[in-house]
Amino acid sequence: MTSDWPLWEVFIRSQHGLAHKHVGSLHAVDAEMAIRNARDVYTRRNEGVSIWVARSSDIHASSPGDRAPLFEPSNDKVYRHPTFFPMPEEVKHL
Amino acid sequence: MLEEDIASTNVGLDLLGQARLWLAYAGEIDGRSEDRLAYFRESGDFRNLLLVEQPNGNYADTIARQYLFDQWHVLVLAELATSKDSRIAAIAAKALTEVRYHVERSSRWVIRLGDGTDLSHGRMQAATDALWMYTGEMHIADASERPLIEAGIAADVEALRVPWLADVRSVFAEATLTVPADSWMQGANGRGGKQGVHTEHLSHLLAEMQVLPRTYPDARW
Amino acid sequence: MYAQMVETGVERVQVVAEMAPDERAFQARIDADIKIEPKDAMPDAYRRTLVRQIQQHAHSEIVGMLPEGNWITRAPSLSRKAILMAKVQDEAGHGLYLYCAAETLGVSRDRMIADLHAGKVKYSSIFNYPTLTWADIGTIGWLVDGAAIMNQIPLCRCSYGPYARAMIRICKEESFHQRQGFDIMMALCRGSAEQKAMAQDALNRWWWPSLMMFGPPDAQSVHSAQSARWKIKLLSNDELRQRFVDQTVPQAEYLGLRVPDDRLAWNEASGHYDFGEIDWSEFHEVLKGHGPCNRDRMRMRIKAWEEGAWVREAAAAYAEKRANAPRPGPLPAMRGEGDRRAAPVG
Repeated sequence: MTSDWPLWEVFIRSQHGLAHKHVGSLHAVDAEMAIRNARDVYTRRNEGVSIWVARSSDIHASSPGDRAPLFEPSNDKVYRHPTFFPMPEEVKHL
Repeated sequence: MLEEDIASTNVGLDLLGQARLWLAYAGEIDGRSEDRLAYFRESGDFRNLLLVEQPNGNYADTIARQYLFDQWHVLVLAELATSKDSRIAAIAAKALTEVRYHVERSSRWVIRLGDGTDLSHGRMQAATDALWMYTGEMHIADASERPLIEAGIAADVEALRVPWLADVRSVFAEATLTVPADSWMQGANGRGGKQGVHTEHLSHLLAEMQVLPRTYPDARW
Repeated sequence: MYAQMVETGVERVQVVAEMAPDERAFQARIDADIKIEPKDAMPDAYRRTLVRQIQQHAHSEIVGMLPEGNWITRAPSLSRKAILMAKVQDEAGHGLYLYCAAETLGVSRDRMIADLHAGKVKYSSIFNYPTLTWADIGTIGWLVDGAAIMNQIPLCRCSYGPYARAMIRICKEESFHQRQGFDIMMALCRGSAEQKAMAQDALNRWWWPSLMMFGPPDAQSVHSAQSARWKIKLLSNDELRQRFVDQTVPQAEYLGLRVPDDRLAWNEASGHYDFGEIDWSEFHEVLKGHGPCNRDRMRMRIKAWEEGAWVREAAAAYAEKRANAPRPGPLPAMRGEGDRRAAPVG
């Protein structure tokens, strides 16, 4: 039997109603302990109102080698950004 | 585990914070500060449960002491939160939110260690057996408490025996631990922590804690 | 610093022309200030050096809990006690963040702790000195944390993403540590003659070890040069040490304490303080294990780890039993928290 506790990734939603954000990781034997430890480790300064934890081994990530095919295609879609459309100065509220 | 170091320090910080609030309030009666009360009294002047002055021992000893206390503490604070003394009620209400977390945490550890390995089960059971004799005085009201209970200021600790035992039984059942049989309880004879008659451990704890202010009584730190 | 003399495993710093194409591409990313992330390709030497540096740093945090923890039970007031507990607890947190950052490089925390206990990996030399009086707690906060912050702020910009992020969190939390140390010193220096003597005695003992924390002069250090190239070391040992002296001497003057260095003098021309020779033989002896507390520190860490083994095993065994026979429903305290079972992340 191993005493090596599995690694968990911790996500915390801060006071301001933003999305949960990855804050770090920790070790715990199960999800319940991970949530409690996350409370003690990552919210000592009143940082959060909600905690998510996920086993690190359950997180699937994009591969760094795929960076070009994944992200470069959006580079030339400049029309998705509001700055693509110059507006006359005298027109307000746009 | 570092995670446990951090978590148990949070419990310690909560309890120390609560102690300071109680001491500050108590000190208003005769003008003594929290530090005066903590650092310049002898062990015989301390009124505390014998349970909480027992040594840390191994982790099962620490957890058993913590759980048995937390389970009592949460019930007492819930009562005090409705005290007719508004200061007591306010301190208790604040402490209650902290202690609800403490009892969750320590009961989970009792269950984990009780229902973990054979070794941990044995240690958890032994720790509980050894500390059980200090749980009696938690539920015996001292002569000084009775008028306060009647006035609706203090918690009726005797009435809390039944709910306390019910909670302990359910946690122990999940932990596959045996609730020790009630035998002689320390302090039941009216000579226990509530009367300032302590175990040997307290004066050592105090000697260490009080050394600096006692050595330099006029110093400010 | 907290990671002193980190071996990089390279004999000398390569020039770009000597690099293999992938090494050149890697160096180009570093030069362009693009963060390296866990799954990115990286040279073995970079990975190994980072693992060594981050874990030295982590070990320093947790061994550093011991000299300060030594005074928690004897803190002279309840408020000082609470502050010190919170501070030592923060060090545990910082050790934890750093172990996690190192784990992203493929080494487990248990492995790193085993290496510390086996003496294979060092921690900062400073924690092998004893805390003899309450003034030592003030001095550690003031000098040791002051030196640490000086080193850690630049590391927030280091090239390895998880390390940089851990440092950002640590720096944010550490900001109160140095102040609480100086606050203790102010109380002592404004106090009785005995308290003031206590403060001076602590400064006498901690001053030189604090200067040694920055590591040996790095003029000839191939490791420092390579680490600088990789942007995992952003300022040189000497640069940091000078900044530290320049910043600290006026603070000592404010306290009315004498820095124990006869050659300390303001140099108008350079705009810095000149200071005396550091006894590097002491530094190397302490690193080798001959400091006053090396053995005690390790004995304490190993004892804590070994005495916790049955607890870690029990918790793991319990979790395994539960995983095979899941509990019905969430715990009572968790009820009502709607988003505990994660809805789509959005």
